[in-house]
Amino acid sequence: MTRNSETPTDDDERMDFEDAIVSDSETDADERIETDGGVGTPFEVVSEYEETRRDRYRKLYDAYIYAPISIIWRDWRARIGFTIVALYLFMGTVGTLFIEPTGVTEGPALAAPFETMEYPLGTDNQGRDLLSQTVHSTSTILKMVLSGAVFTVGIGTIIGSIAGYKGGMTDTVLSSITDVFINIPGFPLVMVLGLMFDDQILGNPFAIGILLSVASWGGLARAIRSQMLTLREESFVEASQAMGIGTPTIVFKEIVPHLMPFVVINLTNAGRKVIFEAVALYYLGILPFKNLNWGSILNQAYGANAHARPDAIHWFLVPMFSIVFISVGLTLLGQSLDRVFNPRVRARHEKTTADVETEGDGETQTQDAMGV
Amino acid sequence: MVTIDWRIRRLGQAAFTVWAVITLSFALVRLMPGNMMGAMVTRLARQGINPARARELVELRMTIDPDAPLLPAYVSYVSNTLQGDLGQSVYYSRPVVDIIAEAVPWTLFVLSWAVFISFFIGISIGALMAYWEGGKLDVGLTSYAVLMGSIPFYVLAILLLIFLAYRLSWFPTGGRQPIATDPGFNLVYISGIVRHAALPVISMLVASGVASLGMRGNSIRVLGEDYLRVARLRGLSDITISTQYVARNAVLPMYTTLLISIGEMFGGSIVLEQVFQYRGVGWYMLSATHQRDYPLMMGGFMVITVAMVISLLLADLTYGYVDPRARRSQ
Repeated sequence: MTRNSETPTDDDERMDFEDAIVSDSETDADERIETDGGVGTPFEVVSEYEETRRDRYRKLYDAYIYAPISIIWRDWRARIGFTIVALYLFMGTVGTLFIEPTGVTEGPALAAPFETMEYPLGTDNQGRDLLSQTVHSTSTILKMVLSGAVFTVGIGTIIGSIAGYKGGMTDTVLSSITDVFINIPGFPLVMVLGLMFDDQILGNPFAIGILLSVASWGGLARAIRSQMLTLREESFVEASQAMGIGTPTIVFKEIVPHLMPFVVINLTNAGRKVIFEAVALYYLGILPFKNLNWGSILNQAYGANAHARPDAIHWFLVPMFSIVFISVGLTLLGQSLDRVFNPRVRARHEKTTADVETEGDGETQTQDAMGV
Repeated sequence: MVTIDWRIRRLGQAAFTVWAVITLSFALVRLMPGNMMGAMVTRLARQGINPARARELVELRMTIDPDAPLLPAYVSYVSNTLQGDLGQSVYYSRPVVDIIAEAVPWTLFVLSWAVFISFFIGISIGALMAYWEGGKLDVGLTSYAVLMGSIPFYVLAILLLIFLAYRLSWFPTGGRQPIATDPGFNLVYISGIVRHAALPVISMLVASGVASLGMRGNSIRVLGEDYLRVARLRGLSDITISTQYVARNAVLPMYTTLLISIGEMFGGSIVLEQVFQYRGVGWYMLSATHQRDYPLMMGGFMVITVAMVISLLLADLTYGYVDPRARRSQ
């Protein structure tokens, strides 16, 4: 539920980034010509070393990739979540090379799973191998998730950050648009749109991902906007403005990185939502499809009354398991990311592992007092 | 302080959304590729109705005149819609409003039970998890919540249908009321309705997973507050602290989630009602979609939207009363 999800900010990380940004601006200051020629005040002291592009990337790598990964790897949820998502990525990319696409009457109808090595997950009523169907639909679904999540998060971040930063008329207009999208129920809207554009989205998973994100960026945009309202008052923003840096640069290079943790968490939620909605739409038989995927397998199974036949239950269970398993992976990953980025949760958990820092002190005492 | 000004603005926003949706549906019907109006006329003509008559019929049913200039057509469409004239269903040959008015109570019946039961369970579990945070119970219940949150409700619905309705025959396999009983206030009929609604309601329990994680987060936040330390120092018992202090303060933010999820479940009811063949608003909207019955489809879409707008509006307008702290900050 992105609509009212909490908005964790990370004060510690922000400090790091402020340092990084300050050193950046100092490099810029090099080029300024002093009118009186003097360097007497501390305001005019410039950085002593030049920050190369490589240093910058290295810093970004440390802050965004190395540090989070090393932190979350200590958490069991993260390990499981990562493994599951990686497994699906492997299945959707390498797996499709090894497992042949299946066709009608390839095997016996409704072969039971785990009986022959030839059809490990059994077959459907037309003799199509369910393992092959699952593997091949994984890549379709992953493409939808990719485009859908990138679009939801991209549009949500862009609209939300511009609205929050600019304020005034821009904010009013963008916020009104956002509110309309928040108020429209997503699923029926996507259903209607899917019907209207069925020619354009046939056999194009990326287009379906984008279609599904039409309705879901609103909540994120609103959350980002409210974060932006506090961030734009920060001193480093004022400094950038004073230096005459352009608005787009300030918003997307200086402020948005502070929102990254929040954005990353939302990426996993958006991905899960795309899977749920896409599968539901295929299950209902609304979206057209060329190749079978988890949703259309469910649709055909329901259509063939597999729910009333005891010998056909695997036909439902195989796609269901695929959906639930990847979604567990994404949920665990999202939760562990929340743990990395949420200072309060982190502070509470540090006391169980390491020495208590001053910040977490008060909370630890409360906990002790609560007898937890 | 909540000012009158703010409430009027929020009402205006809701009205704006409704207007936007009406406009959107007009645009979709009138301007979209494939031209639905044309498609409907051709379909009727193929059934042996002469083209002029077919055109008239479509016009009547859609409440859109396909030949009128854009602006007058738009104005008449909006005014018709606002007056509650959503056109006539092509497939059922009945006014859309009648069909929907008959279906709405059934959907509301299922949804209200689903929302309240899943929230009751979610809130209780979330509070337990937070109170024993890090303990065995927390790990166990968190696994429950993550699993429930990761199962799409339709997957649970199909599983329940397979096992509880088809295999064990504990519940009816579909429909919304028992066949061959007199509708009315008799025990057989009412218990029949409840049994038909039971599986859709239980499917929505997946929402309790999401709610409990939210409640857990809120409670943990409350557990860090100073007033709890004071309460502890005053020697209040665990039970008083957990119910009067923690639960009460943590449950308040859940109120918005509750009303929002009513709106969202309206959208989700399309899938749920399809699985159980439960003839509510969602079922009719889906059937209209398959029949290309555009007036009914758009009508269903608008009703679901209005339901969502109203529940979000209620959430925003009443939140200040439920949580006095919110009133101060607005």
